[in-house]
Amino acid sequence: MIQGINGGVSDKETLDKAFDARFPSEIKDKLNKARVAIAGLGGLGSNIAMMLARSGVGHLLLVDFDVVDVTNLNRQAYLIPQVGRPKPQALKELLCQINPYLEYETVSLKVTPENVADIFAGYGIVCEAFDAAEQKAMLVQEVLTKLPEAVVVSGNGMAGYGDSNIIQTRQLMRRLYVCGDGSTDIGDGMGLMSPRVTICAAHQANKVIQLILNSDK
Amino acid sequence: MVTVNGEQKDIAGSNLYTFLKEEGYELSRVVIELNLDIIPKEELENITIKDEDVIEVLRFVGGG
Repeated sequence: MIQGINGGVSDKETLDKAFDARFPSEIKDKLNKARVAIAGLGGLGSNIAMMLARSGVGHLLLVDFDVVDVTNLNRQAYLIPQVGRPKPQALKELLCQINPYLEYETVSLKVTPENVADIFAGYGIVCEAFDAAEQKAMLVQEVLTKLPEAVVVSGNGMAGYGDSNIIQTRQLMRRLYVCGDGSTDIGDGMGLMSPRVTICAAHQANKVIQLILNSDK
Repeated sequence: MVTVNGEQKDIAGSNLYTFLKEEGYELSRVVIELNLDIIPKEELENITIKDEDVIEVLRFVGGG
């Protein structure tokens, strides 16, 4: 039992009951058994992880080589006291404050074509949540070719403050779902803001939950 | 005819690498699927597009 600030509010039984009881118990069990990897813990990945932990996804792999920077606070889940800390550890701290009874595995490495198969083996769902277009393409290519069981949920196009409603989830290949507007790039005069990045992250998190709950495994 | 991202194109016989470069794709930012198989980038130059091929080119943009 984790010491609660509010008289045992965070013991496991209490937190289990906090999952929306209107859902049948099979749903909770299926989410609790799921294993999801998140590649990149920036605006997409940190927010995806928060949503999946709140939804009770039982095992999350958190992968990023970077540390929390003050420029991340505009859209990523981190807090000022965490600036300078490795992102996987900082995010795990936040997730433990939402649900300490889920499993969080952290990997502080730069993902390369050579290490993709090692890092992501055993995960049926991989969220692509990198920032650079080249890294996104590399991860999707490597996971789809080297991990024949894995489904990828990728984020592509969420810069700026344009219309929210052009951010969509589409299945583009048999094992690939892509969320985003597909076109708004970062660059001169175009950056990232919390609302559209979080909308895209929510599209990815919801697709992950659909994949878990619609799977026969 | 060849289907590229859902559109019909008269490009049978063309080299896949040359076609992608002519279309302006930056190869480091795309994933290419040919008839449901993901194609490694180093193989693109060896592939001749055939009639009735179905090609999907997914172009990534930055941000996350």
